[in-house]
Amino acid sequence: MSTPEITRPRVPRVRFGERLLRGYVWLVIAWLFLPIVVMIVFGFNDTASKSNVTWQGFTLRWWGRLGDYPELVGAVVNSLKVALLATLITTVIGTLMGLALGRYRFRGQGATNLALFAAIASPELVMGASLLSLFVSAGVDTGFWTVVVAHVLFSLSFVAITVRARVIGLDRSVEEAARDLGASTWITFWRVTFPMILPGVVSGALLAFALSIDDFVITQFTSGAMETFPLWIWGATRIGIPPQVNILGTLIFAVGVVIAVVNTVTARRRT
Amino acid sequence: MTEIQAGSAEEGAAVAAPSSPRVPAIELSGVVKEYLAQGEVVQAVKGVTLSIAGGEFFSLLGPSGCGKTTTMRMIAGFEDPSRGTVRLHGQDVTGVPPNRRDVNMVFQSYALFPHMNVWENVAFGLRRRKVAEADIRRRVGEMLEIVDLTGREKRRPREMSGGQQQRVALARALVNNPRALLLDEPLGALDLKLRQAMQIELKRIQREVGITFVYVTHDQSEALTMSDRIAVMNDGLVEQLAAPREIYERPATAFVAGFIGTSNLLDGTVEESTGGRAVLRAGYEGRILVEGGTHAVGDHVAVTVRPEKITISAEEPEGDVSAVRGTVSEVVYLGLYNSYAVRLADGAEITVFQQNALDSTSTAERGEAVWLSWQPRHSYVIGS
Repeated sequence: MSTPEITRPRVPRVRFGERLLRGYVWLVIAWLFLPIVVMIVFGFNDTASKSNVTWQGFTLRWWGRLGDYPELVGAVVNSLKVALLATLITTVIGTLMGLALGRYRFRGQGATNLALFAAIASPELVMGASLLSLFVSAGVDTGFWTVVVAHVLFSLSFVAITVRARVIGLDRSVEEAARDLGASTWITFWRVTFPMILPGVVSGALLAFALSIDDFVITQFTSGAMETFPLWIWGATRIGIPPQVNILGTLIFAVGVVIAVVNTVTARRRT
Repeated sequence: MTEIQAGSAEEGAAVAAPSSPRVPAIELSGVVKEYLAQGEVVQAVKGVTLSIAGGEFFSLLGPSGCGKTTTMRMIAGFEDPSRGTVRLHGQDVTGVPPNRRDVNMVFQSYALFPHMNVWENVAFGLRRRKVAEADIRRRVGEMLEIVDLTGREKRRPREMSGGQQQRVALARALVNNPRALLLDEPLGALDLKLRQAMQIELKRIQREVGITFVYVTHDQSEALTMSDRIAVMNDGLVEQLAAPREIYERPATAFVAGFIGTSNLLDGTVEESTGGRAVLRAGYEGRILVEGGTHAVGDHVAVTVRPEKITISAEEPEGDVSAVRGTVSEVVYLGLYNSYAVRLADGAEITVFQQNALDSTSTAERGEAVWLSWQPRHSYVIGS
C-alpha cells in the first residue's frame, strides 16, 4: 500500500548526511596529501639557512641549483638504477610465479603461498637484519648488488600475488580457443595469455618500483658504502634538509602520478 | 561462399587427408576417457564408437556429466583418450595437439579474445596459418557478412550483446573452413527467444557453408530441431544413435524414452505371441499389443508410449488396438492440448495429451473411469 505521505520527499535529512560524508572524504584526502603539498611548496622556499622549515618567500632558485650536492645526485641515480633493475627482475620472476600459482596444482603450493605472505608480513627490520647477517656470513661485500637482491626479495611477493589474482580470473577456454585456432603454446602465451594478464603484471611492476625507490630500512642494512636517495636524506636530517631534496621528491612524486594515471587510463581501455 | 571453401587448399599445416565422400569426417572407435580423482579411476567416457559423415549436423545429447563434452574435447584435441582412436577424415589424430587438427570449436563461454576487436578475433586463425593478408581481408569480410556483423569490425567483445558475441565466436571458427565445427552448448547463455532465432540461424549457416557440425547440448528440443542425427549419451555411453524422428518415436532404451520428451513406461507379461505380434497383460484391465520382435509366452516386456499417441474414450474401444482401463486423476489445460494423468489399477500413472479440437467430445473429467487406446505400432519395446 503506497500512501501520499510516503512519496513526499524528505530531502533535507538526506542532504545533510551526504554533505557530512563529502566533507569527511575531503578531510581524509587533505590528511593524505597535506605532507606532499608541504614538500612541494618548500621546494620553492626562498630560504637562506640550511634548515628549510619556515616560509621565507617564493623562488625558483633551487630548481636551477639541483646539482649543488653531487652526492645527492649520485644517491638519486643509485636509487633509480636499483629500482629499475630490481623491478625488471622482480616482474619477470614474480609473473612466472603468479602464473604457476594461479594455474597449476603442485606439491609445495601451499608452502609457497605461505612464504609469499610471510615475506609481506615480516617486519622490514627482521628482513634487513637477517639479510645482512646472511651476506656477512656468506662473505659477500654489501653494496649495489646486495641492495638489488634485497629489493627483489621483498617486492617479489607483491608481483606474484597481483599476477596470480589475474591468472585465477582468466577463462581457460580463451587459451584453448587460441590453441584450437592453430596457435602453438608459445604463440598462445604471447598473443593471448600475456596481454590478458598484462594489467596485473603492470600494477605488480609499479608496486615493486614504488617499494624499491623509497625503501629505507632494508637498504640501510644491505647497502654497505652505497648511498640511495632515502639514505642520503636520513643522513642530511642531522644538519638540515636542503630544498633540492624537496624538488627531487617532487619530481619522483610527479613521475609516479603520471605512471599511475597512464596505467588507470590504459587499464580502463583494455579490460 | 564457394570462395570460403576454396581457402583450405593452401593450408597444408593442419592434418590433411583426401576427402572422399565415403570416408567419415569424424570416427571414434572404442574411445575411453579415464580420470584420476582422489586416487580413484573415474571413467567419464566408457567406450564410444561412432562415425559422423561429412556435412552432417550431428548432436551429442545428454544430461550433464554424461560424457558428451569430454567426447567433444577429445575430437578437438584438448583431451587425449585413455584408450581408443580418433580419426578425422580417415587419419588417426589421437595424440595430435589441438592446433594441428583441422577442426574448430565454438566454446560455451564464447572464449573471445577480450583484448582484440571483432576483426582481429576472426582473423586470428588465418594469421596463425600464414594466409596472405589480402586473403585474410577478403575471408574475414565475407565471414562477418554471413554472420551479419559487417560494420562492427572495430568493436571489442565486451561492447557486444551475447547474441553478437556468439556470432563472432562462430565466425572466428568458421572462417578457417575447418573439416568440422564443434559447438559446446553454444546457445546455453542466451535467452529463449534469441536461442530459438540462433537455432534457425545455425542451421542456415551450416547449410550455407556445408561443414560438418558436431553439437553438444543437454537441450532435447534443440537437438531435435537442428540435427540430422543424434547420439543420446548417458553415463559415458551412447544409448541410441539415430535421426531425431527415430529417437523420438522409437526410443531404444528407457533412459532415452525418459530423457526425450514425455513418455509412458508400461510393462506386462506376454500372454500370446503369434506372427510377430504379442499380447501383454498386467495387473489392470485391458491389454497391450506389441508388433515385431519375437517374444515367448511368459516373457516380461517393457514398452513406452508417447502421450500424444494415446486416445481417451469412455467406452472400451473396438478393434485391433492396445487398450487399458484407468481413472483420470488430473486434467491440466495447456492451451494447445489437455494433459491427462490416468491412474491404472496397479498404480502406474499414464500421461495423455489430447489436442483441443473444436469438436472435441472426449474430454474426460477428474475421477472418471476411462479407456486409453493406441495403435500396436506405437508400443515400443525397450531394451533392458
